Amino acid sequence: MSESNWKLWEVFLRSKNGLSHKHVGSLHAADADMAIKNARDVYTRRSEGISIWVVPSEEITASSPDEKDPLFTPSDDKVYRHPTFYDIPDDVEHM
Amino acid sequence: MGTNVSLEDKFQAYVDAENKVEPKDWMPEKYRKTLIRQISQHAHSEIIGMQPEANWITRAPSLRAKLILLAKVQDEAGHGLYLYSAAETLGEPREKMIADLQSGKAKYSSIFNYPTPSWADMGTIGWLVDGAAIQNQVMLTRTSYGPYARAMVKICKEESFHQRQGYEVVMKLAQGTPEQKAMAQESLNRWWWPSLMMFGPSDDNSPNSEQSMKWKIKRKSNDTLRQEFVDKTVPQAEYLGLTIPDPDLKWNEERGHYDFGEINWAEFYDVIKGNGPCNKERIAHHVKAHEEGAWVREAANAYAKKQAARKEGDASAA
Ligand SMILES: [Fe+2]
Ligand SMILES: [Fe+2]
Ligand SMILES: [Fe+2]
Repeated sequence: MSESNWKLWEVFLRSKNGLSHKHVGSLHAADADMAIKNARDVYTRRSEGISIWVVPSEEITASSPDEKDPLFTPSDDKVYRHPTFYDIPDDVEHM
Repeated sequence: MGTNVSLEDKFQAYVDAENKVEPKDWMPEKYRKTLIRQISQHAHSEIIGMQPEANWITRAPSLRAKLILLAKVQDEAGHGLYLYSAAETLGEPREKMIADLQSGKAKYSSIFNYPTPSWADMGTIGWLVDGAAIQNQVMLTRTSYGPYARAMVKICKEESFHQRQGYEVVMKLAQGTPEQKAMAQESLNRWWWPSLMMFGPSDDNSPNSEQSMKWKIKRKSNDTLRQEFVDKTVPQAEYLGLTIPDPDLKWNEERGHYDFGEINWAEFYDVIKGNGPCNKERIAHHVKAHEEGAWVREAANAYAKKQAARKEGDASAA
């Protein structure tokens, strides 16, 4: 079937200016133009977006869930990165 | 084996704590299989479900009715896409899902194997069939698999329009001439029981349900969802002055629910097996549309290749 070489694209929408694009799903399309048109039809029928990004799924490099600990736990013990770590007297305002 | 058990226990604890599972997370193979089966079946239902309603697009009684029906059917295509997209995150190729639908290996909701001989059916389907789907889908917005839950949130937002437009169609008929009211009643008579069947077998005949509930894929049993649907729908029928075709239907003060008659399970299993009034027609139509669209897919491919080659040519020339 010739359809198999229609690649998978990930779709991102910006719902309004001032907000970032957000992943909403995927679709198949022969090329980027078609991916944008299809994304418009299936993901923005009720003014959900004013800007669309499409990215070939195969182009996305993702961190692996197995690396979750080595990647993300080191920040857990760096409590001094958070403002609540510091004791500032109540008398000092606006801080 | 030992590590397997502990991975599964860890997974269960994770799900029990109301955490969502995402595509690349470890999951039991049976969890993945169950999801692929359920999500693709749900996607197929949305796609096949376009057929009974598309039957009336060219014959809608007004331009307003036609626009609404078109928008509704287009939404269902979108729902199919969101769901195929969710199933693909589990590693199931789209082509395989389509092939399984066309070969009969994969199922879809048996409700769509009933015909739509009357305009009133466009109302009844929105009111009851989308209504029953909503009952199930609202529960699924909290399913444990992230992509499925997110697809459901989007779908549920759109379904409310489907049910309301359907109820409006039935209401116009029910409040119209005696002939129109009779049309609405006749349609309700045909769709009531198949709508109750949409929730699946009764709990004691639904062996996979327990595991699905444990994994929080499902969060309510078939019978619970069915009861909720009946309780919501009976007053809506009363408002219209229509009679639900069930002599055993009555309010049970003690239970705080409506009692209702026994579903014809023989019919349910027969339609699932492929012997419903429209099973063959639905699949034949899907295959035909797919085959007739082959040249479009090929042309799009050829065009994309040409464009890509041209771009490359431009780049090397510069
Ligand atoms: Fe739908
Ligand atoms: Fe649905
Ligand atoms: Fe719907």
